[in-house]
Amino acid sequence: MARRALTIGALAIAVILLGALMFFRVPRWTTRATTRAAAAPSPSAPAPPGRKIKVRLFYVADDGVRLTSIERDIAYGEGAEEQAREIIAAQIAPVVDPLVSAIPPGTALRAVFLTEGGEAYVDLSRELMTAHPGGTLNELLTVYTIVNALTVNLPAVNTVQVLVDGKEVETLSGHVDLRAPLAKNLSWVQ
Amino acid sequence: MNVRRIPRFPSALAFLLAFAAALSSQTTPSASLTLLSKEGHRALPIAMVGDQEFVALDDLAVAFPLAVREDSLGAITVTYKGKTIVLTPDQALASVAGRLVSLPAAPARNGRRWLVPVEFISRALGLVYDAPLDLRKQSRLLVIGDVRVPRLTVRYEPLGAAGRLTIDATPRALSTVTQETDHLTIKYDADALDAANPPLPPPGGTNLVQSVRVVDATTLAVDLGPRFTGFRTTSQPVDATMRLVIDLVAPPETTPPAPAPVAPPPPELPPMFGQPGALHTIAIDPGHGGEDDGVRSASGAKEKELTLAIARRAKAAIEARLGLRVLLTRDDDRNVPIDERTAMANNNKADLFISLHANGSMRPTTMGAAIFCAAFDKEAAQTAGAAGLDRLPTFGGGSRDIELVPWDLAQTRHLDRSAAFADLLEQQFRGRLPLAARPVDRAPLRVLESANMPAVLIELGFLTNAEQAALLTGDAFQNTAVQAVFEAIVKFRDLLPPGGTP
Repeated sequence: MARRALTIGALAIAVILLGALMFFRVPRWTTRATTRAAAAPSPSAPAPPGRKIKVRLFYVADDGVRLTSIERDIAYGEGAEEQAREIIAAQIAPVVDPLVSAIPPGTALRAVFLTEGGEAYVDLSRELMTAHPGGTLNELLTVYTIVNALTVNLPAVNTVQVLVDGKEVETLSGHVDLRAPLAKNLSWVQ
Repeated sequence: MNVRRIPRFPSALAFLLAFAAALSSQTTPSASLTLLSKEGHRALPIAMVGDQEFVALDDLAVAFPLAVREDSLGAITVTYKGKTIVLTPDQALASVAGRLVSLPAAPARNGRRWLVPVEFISRALGLVYDAPLDLRKQSRLLVIGDVRVPRLTVRYEPLGAAGRLTIDATPRALSTVTQETDHLTIKYDADALDAANPPLPPPGGTNLVQSVRVVDATTLAVDLGPRFTGFRTTSQPVDATMRLVIDLVAPPETTPPAPAPVAPPPPELPPMFGQPGALHTIAIDPGHGGEDDGVRSASGAKEKELTLAIARRAKAAIEARLGLRVLLTRDDDRNVPIDERTAMANNNKADLFISLHANGSMRPTTMGAAIFCAAFDKEAAQTAGAAGLDRLPTFGGGSRDIELVPWDLAQTRHLDRSAAFADLLEQQFRGRLPLAARPVDRAPLRVLESANMPAVLIELGFLTNAEQAALLTGDAFQNTAVQAVFEAIVKFRDLLPPGGTP
């Protein structure tokens, strides 16, 4: 009888432990899967449930000639590379007034890679070029939105190279040299 | 092809020398058509019937692997690798693989041989032959396949005491110009030169140029006159042609010229010659072009058209009033790769590079002109700064120390002067044109990085702002902008030592 009670007690503890594990771990997996499926939650939309992290995202300032940064809660990513994906996904997501994004509409995230040397490679879809309205200033703000989003928020990232459709590009619309990784530049931020 | 096979060198060169010598001798050209290919050369006799030049089909059959057959009805069938050309006596037509082409004359019989107009080669044989056939009637030359034989045309214009020699090479061929004691040598990167037009301007020579002559297969010489004191060259592609311009400099006239009723320049546009040597050449780069419109305004104005219009105005003003040479990286609606734009400035040793653009913003109210200089990260600047002297062999033996700077970092050595010119532009713009909040900035701009001279990119205003778009496309704004750029150049010239940019 005592042996039976011991067995029931052990089972009860196992169930409690499993329940606790489910309570703390499962929501995060679920949240991440949802975030990926949605691809790009709007920073101005209500934050999805799950573990969050505060980051600074960049948008076109009111004067139109600089970026302004805004603090947002975005999904937590396991490891720097996963977090970099979450940051870029949030950064390129469409926004509503009064925010104005320097990322052309329709641009999608293809991949983000980090190297041990602190270089991040951000691979975006072709809309980054084809839907780009042109102009040196627009191009600078587009490029430094992406570069600053990673270099400001992730200490593991020193420089960022933008790729389009998996390939290195010279410029987006004829101005800013994208053939090499670019370092953080806050002179384009108010 | 059955053209006589000869070793490419030196006998091929010997022929080319002879070819050039024949061209230079100014004698009546021998009545033959010269076939020129990678494999060698061959001369085909030309027979004149009236004014029309003919070649014998038998000769063509030997030069090319052709089979010629005459049937009982008189038709002549020429076969090349299974493709047939049918000629009919008395008809100025040929049926080429079933397609009719016209000839300037019907085939003619000369004894037992059939003669065909030389145009038969380009119009009929050219349609079925494996390699391109380029018939140049005027120079009696047939270029077969991929042989670089630019056709040269030479013009000379007196410009007061000075003079300008313009030599067009079509298709494009690069050249180098060097001075020897009493002549300039122009060496072309080509297999041979087609200089059948007498390259001899001007009749009787001038005080600056006595004659232009063919020296060898790929070289021209310009015999200089007694008043020649110096020269400068620029080269620029114009469609399929590479245009070489040699400006010949003479000392000032010692006797004052007779007063001529020359209209004085408008009072607001005084000529500003002076301090010769400080600035010679300015490269102006109209941004975008061709399929790349650049920024478009809501009303349809295109950045590529605006930049070209202002570049042309600037060129006219600077050349007329400062006497400087102005190169445009494009002078029509085409897209020039970024590296070609800076290469044109670098290769022509421009002293200043100005890239013209119009801006765009995601916010429709953003406005104002801005001037950009290049920006490099510290590592790149150090790489360029660390570029030492490399000892390289030179033509004719020996060696010399040459400073090698990576192409993409050429601008690093000129950043201070670029910034100085940007500040001058800002000063000239201020009060005349709407300026951006931060009118001078630095950015990693692709077109500036390789410029081996002071270089700036001017954003004249925002086409995404409707008010600015209307302003930018108007004459008043464009004239004001050109005047401001002009005055900044004058002030920049004053900053430079008389010898030019160091």
